[in-house]
Amino acid sequence: MTEQSTRQVLQGNEAIVEGALAAGCRFFAGYPITPASEIAELMSLRLPAVGGTFIQMEDEIASMGAVIGASLAGVKSLTATSGPGFSLMQENLGYACVTEVPCVIVSVMRGGPSTGLPTSPAQGDVMQARWGTHGDHPIIVLSVSSVSDCFDITVQAFNFSEKYRVPVIILSDEIVAHTREAVTLPSVQKIEVFERIRPSVPPEWYIPYEDNSRGVPAMAVMGDGYRHHVTGLIHDTKGFPTDRSEEVNAFQRRQFRKITNGFYEILMTKSFMMEDAEIAVIAYGSVSRSAQHAIIAAREKGVKAGLLHLITLFPFPKKDVDPVLRQCRSVLVPEMNMGQISREVKRVNLTSKVVAINRVDGQFITPTEIYNKLLSM
Amino acid sequence: MPEKVERLRHDYLRHDKKFPHVWCPGCGNGIVLGSLIRAIDALKLEKDELVLASGIGCSGRMPVYVDLNTLHTTHGRALTFATGIKLANPSLTVLTVMGDGDATAIGGNHFIHAARRNLDLTAIIINNQIYGMTGGQYSPTTPYGSRAATAAYGHIEHAFSIAELAVTAGASFVARGTVYHAKLLDKLIAKGISKKGFSVIEIISNCHTQYGRRNKMGDPVTMMQEFKDRAVTVEKAAKLSPEELADRITIGVLTDIDKPNYTEELQKIRDIAEKNR
Ligand SMILES: Cc1ncc(C[n+]2csc(CCOP(=O)(O)OP(=O)(O)O)c2C)c(N)n1
Ligand code: SF4
Repeated sequence: MTEQSTRQVLQGNEAIVEGALAAGCRFFAGYPITPASEIAELMSLRLPAVGGTFIQMEDEIASMGAVIGASLAGVKSLTATSGPGFSLMQENLGYACVTEVPCVIVSVMRGGPSTGLPTSPAQGDVMQARWGTHGDHPIIVLSVSSVSDCFDITVQAFNFSEKYRVPVIILSDEIVAHTREAVTLPSVQKIEVFERIRPSVPPEWYIPYEDNSRGVPAMAVMGDGYRHHVTGLIHDTKGFPTDRSEEVNAFQRRQFRKITNGFYEILMTKSFMMEDAEIAVIAYGSVSRSAQHAIIAAREKGVKAGLLHLITLFPFPKKDVDPVLRQCRSVLVPEMNMGQISREVKRVNLTSKVVAINRVDGQFITPTEIYNKLLSM
Repeated sequence: MPEKVERLRHDYLRHDKKFPHVWCPGCGNGIVLGSLIRAIDALKLEKDELVLASGIGCSGRMPVYVDLNTLHTTHGRALTFATGIKLANPSLTVLTVMGDGDATAIGGNHFIHAARRNLDLTAIIINNQIYGMTGGQYSPTTPYGSRAATAAYGHIEHAFSIAELAVTAGASFVARGTVYHAKLLDKLIAKGISKKGFSVIEIISNCHTQYGRRNKMGDPVTMMQEFKDRAVTVEKAAKLSPEELADRITIGVLTDIDKPNYTEELQKIRDIAEKNR
């Protein structure tokens, strides 16, 4: 990240580091795991040079705890992991949700379950990203499909996490992580960076979890004079534990409301050749790249195909999926899992024809595979 | 004396938090809280610059009552959050309070690595030899042969010593006290907080409700009396044989060493990295 925009050849994992630094991330805690380790390695090199902190913790549980701690002390924080590590992060991820601590978690998906296929691509952790931590909670899950996405979406992830006081998960996959592409990184001035809203009232007036029109309370930082209590127990507006149903209800509902309020910007999708499409592909991550190629080829054969590329996976971008289901006679959802997003698509509209391509053999979904399916539909 | 207690209560307990606290009458946790407050007061530390983080358990409920930057984290993980806080803002004084199960069962890995890493944190561990909050199941410090909610026939595992574990793992400062020896505790906690580097204060405490009752150890006073009888200072212990020490509680400072401090090491790395940029 420099004064001028620069053209560089980077791999996806490296672009995530660049994006994080550009967004103001100055703390990384993590534990090595393929195919995410490059993020930690590059962070250990880059962060100290900008006065930041890198630490390799004893496991992913600890990494997630340290990330939340650093954010509570006012520093934008990141961790990066893959399947097994992502599982270990789930408990503290829930803590970040309930305490509304901004932080960003990258999960570079590999084949699972368990140790699975450590070096193969997969998209099997979509539902874990949504529901992995226990309890009802809203969360923001963004996907990346290219190296330039890795930069842009990481900046966006930090901005959303700061703005809505919510952990944001970036789902990458082994292909995006390790593909090298030429990218133009924008100059520092061009990057919009959002900082959490800090309290402006005197400390004695500060109510740490007070509702407002946005549903996002101002966040004091440890050490800035606004001493207050932070707990994973459901709390009242002062931050003290409560089990009074009206207070619990207000707390829980505000969590959802603050995210719903942001739907206009949080729900991100991109359309490709959708204007006159009769068949749509709905895809995300590296698979959306194959889909683009397949659509161009199918159009040459006279098939009116188009792509709805999902960037935000959760909250599910229903408002963009719904018109596609109405417009097209059938919809194809290719993904490297047994149908985690195709089920979400079906939930939007039960009457449309939704066809899935599922791969769970550690292999990438190729353009040809999607093309053949489009021609047969 | 009563005026001093009144002042400490006014200065350090939260005015807007509803009391009574959640602890059983006579629980050792209250004594530890008192010692902690007196230690902070003696050191004249600014409340805004103090963080108190806990895990989950009866002990974990302590921070909510204290007017500091307080954090009630997840079970066993207090030190991981504390690590992030301290690294993000090294000017803060970061203290943690944990139970024996919290710190050495579910949080055991974090505990030994925090000691090894030697970040400037203070870990206060209330060792009541049992899982208090969840109803008296055995912990890593429950003695062999004793009864617990999950050891109806007597416990068949062996306890380890938290303080000795901390010494071996590399903590800069390790001390042990009991809730009977409250005045000593004030000093040990203050020393731990002042120490640059990772410090551990293990405090032997009574959970008469869950542990004492099952093992017919009597009321809180009787249990504390026993701590008094079993306690032996580090200096005296040095002259005793392992057999003579078998049932004793060694109290005092077990280790006080100087090691390179983590945040200073980190700054050195930053200086090198910035030059090479
Ligand atoms: C991940 C997880 N597992 C289990 C629990 C349930 N739990 C709450 S407190 C506790 C044990 C507390 O014992 P200890 O740490 O010794 O503290 P004490 O209550 O005695 O102060 C357990 C097992 C939990 N909260 N989180
Ligand atoms: S159960 Fe035990 S540790 Fe918990 S408050 Fe009661 S006496 Fe204290």
